[in-house]
Amino acid sequence: MDYTSIFPLMRAELTLTAILVLLFLYDLIAGERGRRWFSAVACGLLVVQVIVTLVPAPAGELFGGMFRYTPMDGVVKGVLAVGALVVCLQSDTWLRRDDTRHKQGEFYILTLSTLLGMYFMIGAGHFLMFFIGLELASVPMACLVAFDKYRRYSAEAGAKYILCALFSSGLMLFGISFFYGTTGTLYFDDLAARLTGSPLEIMSLVFFFSGLGFKISLVPFHLWTADAYQGAPTAVTSYLSVVSKAAAAFVLFTTLVKVFAPMVEQWQTLLWIVTVLSITVANLFAIRQKDLKRFMAFSSISQAGYIMLAVIGGTPLGMTSLVFYVLVYLAANLAVFGVLATVEQHADGRISLGDYNGFYRTNPRLAVMMMLALFSLAGIPPFAGFFSKFFVFTAAFQAGFRVLVFIALLNTVISLYYYLLIVKAMFITPSDAPIAPFRSDNYTRVSLALCLAGVLLLGVVSAVYDGINALSFGL
Amino acid sequence: MNILSLFPAVPLLMMLGLWLSKSRRQIHAVMVAGSSALLVLAVWLVFRYLGLREAGETAQMLLTDSVVWYAPLNIHYAVGVDGISVAMLLLSAIIVFTGTFASWQMQKDVKAYFLWFCLLSVGVFGFFISVDLFTMFMFYEVALIPMYLLIGVWGSGRKEYSAMKLTLMLMGGSALLLIGILGIYFGAGATTMNVQEIAALHNIPVELQRIWFPLVFVGFGVLGALFPFHTWSPDGHASAPTAVSMLHAGVLMKLGGYGCFRVAMYLLPDAAHELSWIFIILTTISVVYGAFSACVQTDLKYINAYSSVSHCGLVLFAILMMNTTASTGAILQMLSHGLMTALFFALIGMIYGRTHTRDVRQLSGLMKVMPFLAVGYVIAGLANLGLPGLSGFVAEMTIFNGAFMNADTFHRVVTVIACTSIVITAVYILRVVGRILYGTCENPEHLKLSDATWDERFAVICLVVAIAGMGLAPLWVSDLIRGSVSELIAHILS
Repeated sequence: MDYTSIFPLMRAELTLTAILVLLFLYDLIAGERGRRWFSAVACGLLVVQVIVTLVPAPAGELFGGMFRYTPMDGVVKGVLAVGALVVCLQSDTWLRRDDTRHKQGEFYILTLSTLLGMYFMIGAGHFLMFFIGLELASVPMACLVAFDKYRRYSAEAGAKYILCALFSSGLMLFGISFFYGTTGTLYFDDLAARLTGSPLEIMSLVFFFSGLGFKISLVPFHLWTADAYQGAPTAVTSYLSVVSKAAAAFVLFTTLVKVFAPMVEQWQTLLWIVTVLSITVANLFAIRQKDLKRFMAFSSISQAGYIMLAVIGGTPLGMTSLVFYVLVYLAANLAVFGVLATVEQHADGRISLGDYNGFYRTNPRLAVMMMLALFSLAGIPPFAGFFSKFFVFTAAFQAGFRVLVFIALLNTVISLYYYLLIVKAMFITPSDAPIAPFRSDNYTRVSLALCLAGVLLLGVVSAVYDGINALSFGL
Repeated sequence: MNILSLFPAVPLLMMLGLWLSKSRRQIHAVMVAGSSALLVLAVWLVFRYLGLREAGETAQMLLTDSVVWYAPLNIHYAVGVDGISVAMLLLSAIIVFTGTFASWQMQKDVKAYFLWFCLLSVGVFGFFISVDLFTMFMFYEVALIPMYLLIGVWGSGRKEYSAMKLTLMLMGGSALLLIGILGIYFGAGATTMNVQEIAALHNIPVELQRIWFPLVFVGFGVLGALFPFHTWSPDGHASAPTAVSMLHAGVLMKLGGYGCFRVAMYLLPDAAHELSWIFIILTTISVVYGAFSACVQTDLKYINAYSSVSHCGLVLFAILMMNTTASTGAILQMLSHGLMTALFFALIGMIYGRTHTRDVRQLSGLMKVMPFLAVGYVIAGLANLGLPGLSGFVAEMTIFNGAFMNADTFHRVVTVIACTSIVITAVYILRVVGRILYGTCENPEHLKLSDATWDERFAVICLVVAIAGMGLAPLWVSDLIRGSVSELIAHILS
C-alpha cells in the first residue's frame, strides 16, 4: 500500500484529527488565563481546516475501497467546516458563562468529533465505514444536546435525542444486515451491481432510509426535532440544524444514486411521499409555534423537504442544486441562530416570538440581519435563498416531478407566512418591554458578517454555483 | 454597460445614497436627484427608441444586451426594449417621480421608507427591461416583498391584515408563475430562457401549453387583479401609504397585464386561443363587478381600488381579444389607468392627510376649502369615466372598438357587457365628486384646513399634464407602441 497517497485523499480527516488533539492538549495545558483565548484558538484552527479541505485534489480510493475521495466531497467537507466555524464563533459568549466556562474544551472536542464522523460518513465506500461515521456523528451530538446539563430541558432533550438516534441507528443496521444477506457484500460498488430490488431489499431500503431520515429530520422521522432543538443550547441547535443535516442530506444523495441505482423507482416513490409530508406537515406546525427555537425546528424540517427536491431526481443538476442549497441554507439559518443566540445571551434567555416585538426599534441592525436571513429562507429575491430554491425546483422539474414541484411551490406561500410573522413582530408590532439595546461580541459580529455576505452574494454572484457545478458532472 | 441597466441601477444607487444620508434634507435630495434622473432617462429613452425606429431598425427588441449568468440553466441577464416596455418605463418613471413628492410630508422613519420604495422601483424597472424569463421573474418578486413592510409599517387602518393578505396572494400568484416558467423552459427544449428565442422556437407542444397557459396567466393575473383573485387589491390599496398606493396601482398592477401579454399569450399562443374564453369571462366579471363594487363603497380608497379592479380587468380583457387595435388599447389603458389612478391616490392621500377621514359620508364641500385638490380630483374623475380629451377616453374607445371587431357572438356579447362599465363608472365617480366636493361644508373643522403645499401641487400638476397630454395627443403614444403590439399579435395569431 502506498502511504504517500493517504494524506492528499484524507487530508480533511487527518487535519481535523490533529486539530482535535491540539485542542485537547491546549485544554490540558492552558490555565485560567489561556482559556480566555480558547475560542480564538479553535476558530483559527478551523480556518486552517477550511483552507486545507478546500484545496482541490484528484479523486481516489484508499484501503481497498473502504474510503474514497472525490472533489465534490472536498467541497462538501469544506462547507461543513465553514458551518462548524460559524457555530464556534457564535458560541463564544455562551461558553464564557459561569456554568459552562470550565468545559469549553469539551464543547469544541465534541463538536469536532461529530464533524469528523460526518467526514467519514461522506468518504465511506463501505457500509461499515459509513456506520462508524454515522455513530461518531451521533453519539457526541447527544452530549452536546445535553450540554447545559443542569437545565432540565437540555437534559431531557439529550435523552430524547440519544434514544431516537440509537433506535434509528438500530433500524439502519438491521437494514444493512439484510443487504449483506441478499448480496453478500457491503462495498458500495459491489452492492450497486448486485441489488435486484426484491421485496426484502425494498424493506431494507426503508430501514436504511429511516436511519438517515432521522438525521435529516424528515417527516415521519422528525418527532425528536422540536424538543431537541428547543432544549439544546442554541449553538448546538444551530449546529444540529445545519451541519448535521447537510452532511446527512449529501450522504443520502450519494448512497441513493451510487448504491441504490437499481432501485431507483422504489426510492423515488419513497422520497416523493416523504418530501411532500416533510414540507407540508412542518409548515403547518411551524405556524403555531411561539418559541423561536421550536419554530426554527419546524422551519428546518420543511427546508429539509426542499433539499429532498434536489435529491429525488438523482441528476448532476440535482447534485449541484443540493450542495448550493445547503450552502445558502447554512448562511441563512446560521444567521438566524446567530441573532437568536446573541439575544438569548444578552436578554436573559428571551426566545419567544412575543419577545421580539419592537426589536427593530431597539436593535435595528440585528433586526435587519434577521429579516434578510428569513427572506433568504423564504426564497425572496435578490437574496441567495431565491436562487437556491429556484435551482432545486428546476432539478426536480427536469427529472419529471412536476406535481411535486407544484406542491412545494404552494408550500412556499405558507412558509412565507410564518417567516413574515417574525418580521412582523420585529418591525410592526409595538411592545411595552422590548429587548433592550445591546452590543453583541466581536465573534458574533464576524459570524454574522460572514452569513450576511453569503445571503447577499451567493445568489447574485454565480461563480460559486459554477464552481460547484463543474464538480458535479463526475457523478 | 447597457444603457437599460441604468434603470434598475439608479434606484440601487439611490438606496446606497439613502443609506449614507444623515438628515431628512439629504434623504429628500437623494430621492429628488435619483427620481429626476430616472425621469430624464425614460424620456431620453423614448426619443432614442423613436430615433432608432426612424433610422430603420426593424428588430423587435432594441438596445439589447445579454450576459451569461447561470450557464448550466441558460439563465442570462438579458435586457431589451420594444415600444411597450418603453412606454411602461416612462410610466414608471413618472409615478416614481411624483410619488417622491407625494411622500414629501412623510414623518415616520423616512429613510427606511424610501429605501423600500427604491427597492420596489428596482423591481419594477428591472421587470420591464428584462427579456429573460428568470430575470423577469426575479425582478417581479423583488417588487412584491417591499410591499409587505411598506404597508405593514407605514400604512393605516387594518394594515397588518392587508399587508399579509396582499403579500401572500401575490406570492401564491408567483408560485403558479414559477412552475409555469419552468414548464415553458423545459417545454421549449430547455435551451434558452430568452423570451424572444422561445417565441421564435415556437415548439412547445399544445398539450403542455394547455397546462402552463392557465398557470402563467393566473400567476400574472393575480397581480393584474383578475377576478376572483383580486381581493388583495382593495384591502392593500386602502391600507397602503399614499406613494405606495400610487406605485402599486399605477405601475405594479401593470406588471400583471404586461406579463400576461408578453409571457402567457406570446409564448403559449396555441393554448391562448383555445382557453381565452375562460379568461374573457373572468375579466368581464372583473370589469363589471369591480365597477358595481365601487358604487357601494364609502371609503375613498376602496372606491378607487375597486375602480382599479374594473379598469385593470379591462386591460386583460383587451389583451384576450387578440387583435392589434384592442391590444393597443390595452397598453394605452395601462398608461392611462396608471397615471389617473396615481393621481387619484395622491389626491386621496392629501385629502386624508388633512381631514383624517376617507369616509365619503363625512366629507362635503371641499371645493371651497381646498380648491386646488378638489379641481385635481374632478380632473382625475373625468379622466376615469372617459371624458374625451383626457387619457381614459382614448384607451377605452380603442379597447371597445377593437373588441367589437371580433365578429362572433360571444365576443360581441361580452364586449357589450363590458361596455356597461362606462356608465357605472360615471355613477360612482360623479356620486363621489358631488358628495365630497360640492355642496356646503358641513364639518366646521374642515373649514380651517389649508390647500395643497408646493410639493403636492407639483406632483398633481405633473400627473394632470401627463393625463391631458395623452388625451390630446394619443397618436404620439400609440405610434410608439403600435408597431410592437402588432408584432406580438402577429406572432400570437400565427
